Order: sequence, then structure tokens, then C-alpha cells
Amino acid sequence: MDAAQKYRDQMQLTWGDRIRVHPAFASNELYITLAPGALGDLEEMCGGIQKSFKARFATLVASDERRETGFLFLYYVFSIPSDDLFLVIRVPVDPRHMEVPSISGTVEAANWFEREVKDWYGIIPFPNIHPLASHPDWPEDVLPMLKEFDGRSQVPRIARRADFSHVEGEGIFEIPVGPVHAGIIEPGHFRFSVAGEPIVNLDLQLYYTHKGTEKIAEGARVARCVPLAERISGDTSFGHALAYCHAVERLAGITPPPRAIVIRTMLLELERLYNHIGDTGALLLDVGFSAGAATAFRLKEDMLHLNEILSGSRLLRGIAALGGVRREIEETLHKRQAFRDTTVKVHEEFRQLIKLVQSSSSVLDRLETTGRLSQKEAFRLGIIGLAGRASGIDRDLRRDHPHCAYSHLKFAVAGQTQGDVLARLTVRVHEVEESFRILEQLVRQREAEPYASAELHQIPPQRYALGYVEGWRGEIVHWIKTDHMGSISRWKITDPSFHNWRALPAAVQNNIVPDFPVINKSFNLSYSGNDR
Amino acid sequence: MFKILRQSIRTGVVTRPYPDESSGPPPGFRGKPVIDFARCTACGRCADACPTGAITLRDADDKEGQKLLSLSYGSCIFCGACEDACPDAISLTREYRLATGQKDALTVEALYKEEAGKMQFVRITAQETVGETARGLEDIGAEFRSRIHELFGRSLQIREVDAGSCNGCEIEITALTNAIYDIERFGIHFVASPRHADMLLVTGPVTRNMEIALKQTYDATPEPRLVVAVGACAISGGIFGKSYASCGGVDTVVPVDVYIPGCPPRPEALLHGILLALGRKK
Repeated sequence: MDAAQKYRDQMQLTWGDRIRVHPAFASNELYITLAPGALGDLEEMCGGIQKSFKARFATLVASDERRETGFLFLYYVFSIPSDDLFLVIRVPVDPRHMEVPSISGTVEAANWFEREVKDWYGIIPFPNIHPLASHPDWPEDVLPMLKEFDGRSQVPRIARRADFSHVEGEGIFEIPVGPVHAGIIEPGHFRFSVAGEPIVNLDLQLYYTHKGTEKIAEGARVARCVPLAERISGDTSFGHALAYCHAVERLAGITPPPRAIVIRTMLLELERLYNHIGDTGALLLDVGFSAGAATAFRLKEDMLHLNEILSGSRLLRGIAALGGVRREIEETLHKRQAFRDTTVKVHEEFRQLIKLVQSSSSVLDRLETTGRLSQKEAFRLGIIGLAGRASGIDRDLRRDHPHCAYSHLKFAVAGQTQGDVLARLTVRVHEVEESFRILEQLVRQREAEPYASAELHQIPPQRYALGYVEGWRGEIVHWIKTDHMGSISRWKITDPSFHNWRALPAAVQNNIVPDFPVINKSFNLSYSGNDR
Repeated sequence: MFKILRQSIRTGVVTRPYPDESSGPPPGFRGKPVIDFARCTACGRCADACPTGAITLRDADDKEGQKLLSLSYGSCIFCGACEDACPDAISLTREYRLATGQKDALTVEALYKEEAGKMQFVRITAQETVGETARGLEDIGAEFRSRIHELFGRSLQIREVDAGSCNGCEIEITALTNAIYDIERFGIHFVASPRHADMLLVTGPVTRNMEIALKQTYDATPEPRLVVAVGACAISGGIFGKSYASCGGVDTVVPVDVYIPGCPPRPEALLHGILLALGRKK
């Protein structure tokens, strides 16, 4: 009995006629539609899935399907790692009564997702109604993701003050930071409440880099959006592009040739490597270990240079393609030699660097116990990816929902339980080791085989599927629905940062302000991936 | 301590000289696309394939049967989709130092006329001059120092402003400070406040939510100030264009002195653009 069947039977046994099975186009997805009138059961149903199936909340997609069905839909996506299945609860929303019960009382991980849906679609997840995506000067009645909103229109600013959570009491001060930061980083606003040095509360205002990515893709040809996917988050160019390609391939029922899968896996690991090595350097810089930081940045530069040799782009852009990859990465002696020389050199020097770090008590002292995120809190907030693995959340899509070539590869999933800055650094160090191990297994496999399937001219209309990869930060989940022409009707992008930004206010509590940069860096979350 | 010293000595000097012709981009690098107008038949396949609208084909005003094909390096993201669509007439070169002070200089345009049922190339109607000083940069380091000395006295202070980029440009700007590119050897420093800055290095299409912050940052920068727009988004909105969320380029919000094409520009391209900006300020 396949997994989808098993869970379908279980759901039907529990919920009877309050649910209907909806067709799916990818084999490991199961869609269940909530019957009209069963809206009151939503929270209990989602809580039950989370608890009895050991499922993890993956994303919440809203989709305006009024033209086809007269309804808007919410898709609550849960991942069930034990059976490699995605269970999706599909909830119709009547446009005359745009309100659903919030599930975030039971599934806390859905909190931000619900608030974004309210700001962009006007669907009220009662009582979770505090704005998230809309800035104070955005008019509340303008809902950019509804189909009738023209993405090219200009929206007037209204006068309204930002509403941050306040802490009151003797000796409490507020420190506003951003959106233009002191370093060369992305924009966002942090509002600290401090009692002397220790941070009592941190509130965030993000979405400064909101570029309307999901809106401008509406109605676009599917192949045209691969470069757009590469620009969701610059440091995850390939990861996002690949998640996008996966979604399209899954809804169209296409399997890329084996060589393409090998190349994709290698590129994904190369992306992980340059980011993990760079982050190691940034962490060392923030605790004042300049010699170590300089070494790590030099190694990162070596990896970026290797990326350019192999793919033509330092950030691995312009190589992802639907149905395969756009070019070979190991076809010349020069490339193969550069690959071998660089990986051997960087691997060895990175090991030396880590030995140096481990022998430096002044560095370790700054990293240990700083910015602790407990396993309980990480689990409650639904923290994923490397930040989750540093706090004892044993989750890695490469193992739990095998994609690319990972089911044929030997690698260990990193895991720490301390949840402090050092744990997040240690997870990175272990993953660097594993990435080199994975690359060793993949190099020069299946050479001279085709790396692209015939171009996808015909994308089937009215289909939908998830696409996912384990990027270097964590799981990247896209959901695509095509319209009656086979163009994009809805493209939902979930960057791991969207889950993990909520870890930051929890982790900085009771730490001192001067430690904030290193705590923030240890998560290194994407603003652009979050804001899109 | 001794371990660190030993490692430093073992590593030696890794900084790459600039300009260094030997360390240019490797084969397969996707730089400036060039259209061979004589071979082009103005079929429009490239314009159709271009994801950012950098290549356009349109009817010439008031002239029947005539078409204009234009390519803007300000919107190009160097993906190579045009080359894939038309390998006969379009090729991506390895040229990447494309900075310029004039926005017009980013566009090349050619006129086509229908003759015997085929589109024939007539003439180039607008000529790009990107990378105007890319050649002849003999001793760029010395030039840097002397220009900075004239203008700002000893050093140039740069404030980087991310006005909604994808973080790609930031990766390359950050790379300028590593030991390989070591921008500080030219007397250039990145500073934490616009009040300390001589130059704003702005990335991103300027989102609606960053528009006010960018204006305020510009106003906080003392005169004489330079503004450099980095990357396709900052020049034209790039792949994000102009929308409810995006202003469509830095010069829609604050005046820009130099444009650096690229998506993102390589670190050497950034160095070239920064030098060009210094050369323009009298």
C-alpha cells in the first residue's frame, strides 16, 4: 500500500464526510479538501496531523481561484518525513466571507504565514491579525495578490505610525536599528527593548526588500521565471531555481536525465560550501578573530572562483533549467583540474582553520552559550534547516524527502543540541565535511551523458505541485499552479528564512546588545528570501 | 598566537594585482552580449527569450516596414537566453567591465528595413559606449590614489545601501574587502554611516519600502557626494522592473553618477566602476 493511500484512509476514518480527496499530480502529495461547513474543524485537524503523523508544517499557500471555482483557497502543507509524503489540507474560502480560524494556537509555525495571507489576500485568520508584510504606510484595503490588482499600478502612501511591541518599566530603553545597517547587509528594522545591556525584547519589521516577485510571475511563461527564481535570494540562487524547476517538473510529470541530477546535486553542494565557509568567516570576524576570518573569506573566494569556472557565474546563475541543466560542468580537463585542486585545497585549509578556532579559548568563549535557542522553543516555532539542527531538530530534506541524487549518497545529517552560536557554527563545520564527501562520491559520475531533456514547450494547464530542495539554510519549498494556458497562475515561494526569522527574537533574549551581531550572523537569514 | 603567525606566514600574500589581465574571467564566463547586426534578421526570437526586456524589437515610428532592435546593458542579467535563442548572431563575450556615466551609453540600437520579404540591416542608430575606460588602465592603483587625494583628501569612504537587492550584489561588494581584492590598499573604506561617506554604492531596484530610507540616506551624505548604481536592478529595475513594490531603478529616486551593469557585477567590475565615478567628479 503506498503512503498516500495509507494517510487517505486514516484521514477518512477520522474525518468522514467532512473531507474530500482532491487529485494530486506528484506521487508523494496528498490533497484533502475541507468540506463546506467544516471550517470549525480546521485547527483540530491540523493539530491532529502534526501530532499523530509526526508531521511538520511546511508552508501555507493562498491562491485566488475565483475565476475557475468562485473561491479562494488556502493550502496548509504538512511534511510527513517517515513516509516521504506531503499532506495538503485545501480549504475553500468564500469571497463574501473572507475569514478562517487561525491554526497558530496549535501549529505555532503557521503564525507568520497566516499574517502574510491576511496582508496580501485579505483573508482574516482570526484572531491572528497583526500586520506582517504590510508596512504602516500601505493602505489596508489594497490587497496585492488578488487577481484584480494590477501589479504595475502605483499605490499611494497613507499616514500611519509603526506599531511595535513595547516593554514598559523603569530603566527600559528602546534602540531602533535599520533599515540601513552599519555593515554591508540587507535592510530590515530591529526594535530592541533593553534594560541596560541585556535585551528584554526584540521586534522586527521586515519586507523592506519586497519586490513583488510572486505577483510579477502571474501569467508569465513557466520557462521565463527560472532567472527570476535565481534572484529570490542571491546566496541561494541555485537552490531556489532548482526548487522552482522541481515544482514544474513534478506537475508536468518529467524526470530529468541522470547526468542532470548529478550535476544539480553537485551545484547544490557547491552553494552550501561557499556559504557555510563564508559564514564561518563572518562569525569569526564578529568575535574579533581577524586572522581566521581572513582565511575563511579567502577560501570562500576560492569557491566562488571555482563556481565561475564550472558554471560561468560566481553565484551559480544561468545554469538551472527546466528538465535538466543548461551546461555540463566537467567537460574539459581545465574544469576537472580546477575542481580537484580547489576542493582539495579548500578542504584541507578549512580543516586547519577549524583546528585553530578550536584551540582558541577566546573565540570559543564568545560563541559558547551565546544566543541559545532551546530545543523546545525551536520545535514550537517550527525552526528548520541548519538553525533547527543546531537546536536538536533532526530534520534534513535530503534524507527526509529525498530529491536530486541524495537517496544514492552516503552522508550524515549534522546535529547539535546546545542551540547556541557555537552549535550553529559546529553544524556548518560538519556540513562542510559532508558536502566534500558528497562531492567526492559524485565527481566524474556518468560523464558524457545528456544533461538536458527535450525542452518543455508544453506545460500542462491547471496543474499544481510542490518543488523542494534542502538549500544551505534549510528547506526551500515552492508551490506552483498553472493556469488554463499552462502559464503561472500562482507561485508560492517559501524560503527557510521565513520560518527561521522567528528564532532570532527568541535567541537574543537576555543576551547583551554587543552580542546581537554575532547571534544574527549565526542564523544568517535572508531578508530578500523572506520578503520576496 | 604562534599558530596564527605560522599560518599567516605560510599563506603569504594572496592579494591579486589590479588590473590583472591574466586573472580575467575563465572560459565559459557570460559577459557582455554582442549582436552581429549584419547577420541578424530582426526575427525577434532574442527579444522573446530575454527575461528582463533588455532586448526589444519594435516598429520604427512613422516608417512603414521598418523595425528597431535595441539591447540595453542596463537591464541585461547576462543569462545567455538570447545566445541560446540565436547562436548565429548573438554571442556572449568575456567583457565585464561595463560601467558608464551616461545612461544612454548603455543601449545599442539598430534599424532594419524590409527588402524582398526579408528584414535587412540598415544602420546603427544608437551606439553603446560601455566600459569607456576599460582599456588603458595601466596603473589603476596609483590613479586611484591620486584621484582620491585630489577629491576627498587621502581616502574614499563608501556607504553601501541595499535598496532591496536579492543580496547577490552584496556578496560581490563584500568580496572587495577580502584579502584577494583588498580594496583598502587603494585608500577605499566602507563606513557605517552615510554621514561619514563620500560615495553611496546603491544596489537593488529601490523597493517601495526602501524609497524613503534611500532618500534620507542620500540627504544625510555630505557634499561632494557620488552615487553609484550597482547591478541591473539598480540601473533599470532589472528583472523586477517597475511595479507596485519597485520604483524601477536608483535614478528614479536620487541622481546617479555612474552605472555598473552586471547581475551581479564581478568585484573587478565594481573596482572599475568606482574608479570611473572618481574620474567624473571634477
